[in-house]
Amino acid sequence: MSSCCSTPTIDVPIEPRAAGRIRTVALVGPPNSGKSTLFNRLTGLRQKVANYPGVTVEQRVGRLNGIGRADLTLIDLPGIYGLDTYSEDARVAVEVLHGEMPGTPVPDAILLVLDSLHLRRQLMLAAPVLALGLPTLVLLNMSDLMEARGGHIDTLALAQELGVPVAKISATRGTGLDSINHFLDRKAEPETTPAAAKIELPVVGNPRSYRQWATGISTRTKYKAPVSNQATKRIDGVLLHRIWGPLVFLAVVFAVFQVVFSIGQPLSDGFGELLNRAGDGIAPLLGHGWLESLAIDGVWRGVASVLVFLPQILLLFLFIGVLEDSGYLARAALIADRVMRSIGLNGKAFIPLLSAYACAVPAIMATRTIENKRDRFATILVAPFMTCSARLPIYMLMIAAFIPNKPILGDFFGLRAAVMLSLYVLGFVAALATARLLKSSILKASSAPFILELPQYRLPTFRSLSLRLVDRGKVFLRQAGTVILAVTLVLWVLSHVPFHTDLTTSVIGRLGHLIEPAIRPLGFNWKIGIGLLTSVVAREVIVGTLGTLYGADPATQSLGLQAALRHDLTLGGAMALVVFFAFALQCTSTLAIVRRETNSWKWPALQFIYMGCLAYVASLATNQFILHFIR
Amino acid sequence: MVAIALSSIFGAETEEELDLSGAWKLSLLSELPIGTTGVVESLDLPGEIQHHLMHMGFVPEARVTVVRRAPAGDPTVYAIDGFEVALRRDTARAIRVREYEGQNARGK
Repeated sequence: MSSCCSTPTIDVPIEPRAAGRIRTVALVGPPNSGKSTLFNRLTGLRQKVANYPGVTVEQRVGRLNGIGRADLTLIDLPGIYGLDTYSEDARVAVEVLHGEMPGTPVPDAILLVLDSLHLRRQLMLAAPVLALGLPTLVLLNMSDLMEARGGHIDTLALAQELGVPVAKISATRGTGLDSINHFLDRKAEPETTPAAAKIELPVVGNPRSYRQWATGISTRTKYKAPVSNQATKRIDGVLLHRIWGPLVFLAVVFAVFQVVFSIGQPLSDGFGELLNRAGDGIAPLLGHGWLESLAIDGVWRGVASVLVFLPQILLLFLFIGVLEDSGYLARAALIADRVMRSIGLNGKAFIPLLSAYACAVPAIMATRTIENKRDRFATILVAPFMTCSARLPIYMLMIAAFIPNKPILGDFFGLRAAVMLSLYVLGFVAALATARLLKSSILKASSAPFILELPQYRLPTFRSLSLRLVDRGKVFLRQAGTVILAVTLVLWVLSHVPFHTDLTTSVIGRLGHLIEPAIRPLGFNWKIGIGLLTSVVAREVIVGTLGTLYGADPATQSLGLQAALRHDLTLGGAMALVVFFAFALQCTSTLAIVRRETNSWKWPALQFIYMGCLAYVASLATNQFILHFIR
Repeated sequence: MVAIALSSIFGAETEEELDLSGAWKLSLLSELPIGTTGVVESLDLPGEIQHHLMHMGFVPEARVTVVRRAPAGDPTVYAIDGFEVALRRDTARAIRVREYEGQNARGK
């Protein structure tokens, strides 16, 4: 869905660093150490968090409202291992730290967030960060977990070793956060503390000495690592098993699709019934005439036909949330590395591609973790082929209307779920084939290494999952209340002018008939043609458009949208339509983000034309095939 | 739960287990069998990648344990400093390690 990843940001006056005053604080730390969770705690914002390294790929700015310091600005940064810029997300972090990022305030102080479960290695980052010479507070995150698992650290000794204050916190639970207030209060006054004891920092830029230094410190501070999480090893014993691993993966995918249909469909039907009744209830209040026609046949039918898919979309997001929060995503990338390598890409590219099942926009942002620029561009270009949730409404609508609900593998897997799954596979195969094509032509490069950190498994919390669903629901409703509402309004007007005409002779009818010859071979009628035009804005708009157009047509007015479509389209046309949506790039938000991330209009233009041509040819083939061989 | 709790009591960090006094031979990280631990001797990778790996902990004298292979046999998951990192064979081949003898008896 478009505009799905806009976290509210604030405008901060950009001022140069002034000695002794803190206005801006930056969160620095290795990947997956919990910076964004802490950011959300401290600012009250809802930046995306999940359990894999590389969730945050750009800087986020917020006010420290969460601890009552709204006068201060907090910057959340992508995770880094050192101050080198080996990938795009690391470059962002380093540039912000050095005050070289245009539009982002220069940090005057640092909160260094380290995962206390793995402190020995995490401390390596402290060396280059302390060498920056900014006031720093070291936060040992997940200290509750460390202690619960028998770990130990002498924080006083650590503070002495590092020459900066150290505090134990838990960002998830919100404990120990008052230490941040103390730090900010103390540092806000001009520096009065006697020049901190000179500490020996290792040679800058030499990881080997960083490690020796970090190991020395962990020994002197009596750091005892918690016993390693055996649960993770056991789970991986199954999920990464040679035989069970891939089988479990497939079983989960089947189950997701089946649940989206067997549980989601009745929910959606019930919700649709509710929406219809609401419409019927309002109708008498509007009297008979153009107002009722506009409000009910036009707007309500259009908007409601999209809204009904809310339960199914939320179900899908629940699954994606569990996948991301549990830590399985990184394992999926590991399993997929072999396939990805055969097309010339890196297993790491699989993580953005998987998140493109929700929405291509954040997925394209997430490619910043891919170190190799050509690999990154190839991933950006193929990400929109992955079946995003905005395709779900039209897929659901067409499948429910045209595919009978026959069981294939008993009750576990039905025909509808199978068709749905094949559409997902179709998009994935198109992505792989296109990547292969790109990597062997314009984006040729030697293969980049695959280096991926596997996070420990965590049980997704009810809170984080429900927050995701709430955010997601809001995005969906906002889209329905703005873009889809506007499009259906315009459509209703255009289908009623000039006055006293019927649908086919209205402006929209004439326009539709004008383009009909081009899409006739695909099995589409002119109403679908209008839908294809409006859905260039965003894919789900087509369902609203069809709702409005069929609602305005006296022949189908009394039918539900599914029945109206069955009345008007062949099976070939219906399947050609979903195939068209599997391939075509109908999403202005995606085009805009590709333009931003590749810094050129050339790539989104290429992408739009390529995907459009592919969509046309593939749906032509689908329609002709079904026409000649199935019916 | 009990099983997990028990195993976490007995499943101590592999790092403490390795006896560095015994005989050793030079090997490549990619050649180490699953369950064994090696000590990094040197890395021979293109500059940027090498630097990145070193920042992740792959520096000389660091102990690396082979945890498991991906279902397709490659990449392999390695544990270093309590972290799990997956590397392809091509990359692991460029990391020389000292392999200590007599630790295979410990099994997987």
